[in-house]
Amino acid sequence: MKKLSARRRHPLAALVVLLLALACTGGLYAVFAPADKAQADESAQTLTIEEGKKLYTVGCASCHGTGGQGTSDGPSVVGVGAAAVDFQVSTGRMPAATSQGAQVPRKKAIYNQAEIDQLAAYIASLGAGPAVPTEAQYGPEGADIAKGGELFRNNCAQCHNFTGKGGALTHGKYAPSLDGVAPKHIYEAMLTGPQNMPSFPDTTLSEQNKKDIIAYLNAVNGEETESPGGLTLGGLGPVSEGLFAWVFGLGALIAAAVWVAARTAKAKKS
Amino acid sequence: MSTTTTPESRSRGKAPAGERVADWADGRLGIYSLAKANMRKIFPDHPSFMLGEICLYSFLIIILTGVYLTLFFHPSMNEVEYHGSYVPMQGQLMSEAYKSTLDISFDVRGGLLIRQIHHWAALVFLAGMFIHMMRVFFTGAFRKPREINWLFGFLLFVLGMFTGFTGYSLPDDLLSGTGIRFMEGAILSVPIVGTYISFFLFGGEFPGDDFVARFFSIHVLLLPGIMLGLVVAHLILVFYHKHTQFAGPGKTNKNVVGMPLLPVYMAKAGGFFFLVFGVLAAVAAIATINPIWAIGPYRPDMVSTGAQPDWYMGFSEGLIRVMPGWEINFWGHTLVLGVFIPLLIFPLVLVAIAVYPFIESWVTGDKREHHILDRPRNVPTRTAFGVAWITLYFVLLVGGGNDLWATHFHLSINAITWFVRIAFFVAPVLAFIVTKRICLGLQRRDKDKVLHGRESGIIKRLPHGEFIEVHEPLSQEQLHTLTAHEQYQPAEIGPAVDENGVRRKVSATEKLRAKLSKGYYGDDGQIPKPTVEEYKEITSGHGHH
Repeated sequence: MKKLSARRRHPLAALVVLLLALACTGGLYAVFAPADKAQADESAQTLTIEEGKKLYTVGCASCHGTGGQGTSDGPSVVGVGAAAVDFQVSTGRMPAATSQGAQVPRKKAIYNQAEIDQLAAYIASLGAGPAVPTEAQYGPEGADIAKGGELFRNNCAQCHNFTGKGGALTHGKYAPSLDGVAPKHIYEAMLTGPQNMPSFPDTTLSEQNKKDIIAYLNAVNGEETESPGGLTLGGLGPVSEGLFAWVFGLGALIAAAVWVAARTAKAKKS
Repeated sequence: MSTTTTPESRSRGKAPAGERVADWADGRLGIYSLAKANMRKIFPDHPSFMLGEICLYSFLIIILTGVYLTLFFHPSMNEVEYHGSYVPMQGQLMSEAYKSTLDISFDVRGGLLIRQIHHWAALVFLAGMFIHMMRVFFTGAFRKPREINWLFGFLLFVLGMFTGFTGYSLPDDLLSGTGIRFMEGAILSVPIVGTYISFFLFGGEFPGDDFVARFFSIHVLLLPGIMLGLVVAHLILVFYHKHTQFAGPGKTNKNVVGMPLLPVYMAKAGGFFFLVFGVLAAVAAIATINPIWAIGPYRPDMVSTGAQPDWYMGFSEGLIRVMPGWEINFWGHTLVLGVFIPLLIFPLVLVAIAVYPFIESWVTGDKREHHILDRPRNVPTRTAFGVAWITLYFVLLVGGGNDLWATHFHLSINAITWFVRIAFFVAPVLAFIVTKRICLGLQRRDKDKVLHGRESGIIKRLPHGEFIEVHEPLSQEQLHTLTAHEQYQPAEIGPAVDENGVRRKVSATEKLRAKLSKGYYGDDGQIPKPTVEEYKEITSGHGHH
């Protein structure tokens, strides 16, 4: 200490103290800075929820209630989770028209993905529910297509048809065609069970099962699916086949018959 | 046969090779007299007379392609694991029947094309039989002496339905398995014996391990064997009876006007066979049928929506789908009327059209031979009955596809089902009335044409200023064709008293018959065709139209 004390009037002493002070402040800053950033994150989240709430108030509250509690025109959305919001709004089902038919149809989405995320964040903040799945959950890696086919035939085909072409339900309701539905939305639909569809939570169909089903659908009803037999005729089975056989099969043959019958040996006019 | 080594002693030189082959065959088979009798056999020409040929050729094509398929198909329900080339089925457990069908589709050369030709040809075969039958019906070609041949044809149609159904079931895929389950349910609904029949057919509880092998025998041996025999008998009778023809100048009930079998019809029919084969191959190359790989193997715990049979069984599907699910429970037994009643109506729908010729012959009392065809308009009651039957059939087809009508026309499936329930009773009646009216209208028009000629569209102004349309008189041939049909008088019950003045007993059937006969030939059943006197009276007064 004596040494230190003796050098306190050294010309460089001030510099050393300054350096120490800077290091100290920097260190303190370094210690506190992450906390500050977290606070910033939280405020960003709050901001998202705030934005989501604004969107909700404008576009959804008239049916689902100002606090998501539901009204006579729409069910409560508390606890449906971000996955349900992402599914309903991304596929254009929500917001629904005021006078729907038997079922809310799929249509063009009117919110962009950022707005949908904000809405989802707001709804998720109202009560715990399934989150939006990630690419790792619905992507094709590690999926067993054949197993997915078996699961699909066991759980989905009775409404959506063998390869997801859709089918009729009672009183004008229907299981929609799965043509061109994004894997994420199929996953979300299984998770949340929109409209007439039962939900298949992870306790019923595990994450792996859902992945398998999506991979199967992609294999048999995807953009790159080949049809080895030619035109699929809608993939609807014997009804469209019967129609095709009558119109084009028998139709062509009757045309051929008329053609053959019209060409006959004529007696020579001498 | 070698021609160079045959010694030839006659001075005129060698006979042509064809002649010598024919001579060789005639010495052993006696074909000369057969050929002489039949080579010049005359067939009349009309497009609608070729509908039966469509059926015959598609039947032959089904047999040819079917033989190829049996080379690769394994009619077995042993469970195997799939390791073929179709990726989405890798490692799945399935019956050998299903696996071999996948192999035919993906690993056998030409297998998928042949399978598709086979199946498309089956659909077209049944459709062809349907319209062939309707052609025969509406032109009255079923009348004496052809009633037996009508029944042969009808049997072919019914057997074709069941051959098709058993064949559709063979791949043991999820769709056909659902169809078999449907059939099993129908069998089970039969009181008392239903369960026994089901256990007998499936060798125990459904699905068991037997039905594919059994259906295979029925599909490739039993039913096609009977059908082949019936086809031959059908053709022999066509030859024996000679073909019917439409009325026209020079055509009578005792002749056939047309072209000889050889060479004209040999060339036409032979060429038409290749046209039929070509069209079916093209259809099979263009469009998928029964993509069993997408449908999956059958498991009784699975089902898909849109599970329908092939079209010819569609009306039975409709009967089941629209029938209310009634059932009666008594003493621990259940009578499932919701299934049993459709099972009873199913054969009745078919029998209704099959027995019609006999009913008509009884009602009209017409026991003469007919070789001249009727124009449908000239027999309004028959035509109306046929259209009513087709309407019923179509209404049931709508019921069988009610889910696809619902999804594609954005309708409620319940509304469609109710529509079919009501239309089942109402639509045939409406169709009957409307068709009869249309036929009578067409008869009136024919009468008008005969008496006043064809409307030429030329307007003429007479010297005194009147405008008239010039009607062009029909040619003698046209007049003949339009008036060639016979018109009958309704059968009378006869005098109410017999020769002794005693009141005669008139049986209820006789009364019914007289009433029906009046419906056929009474004032509401036909428009009296123009008489010669009417024609002369009108044509003599020029300018009087």
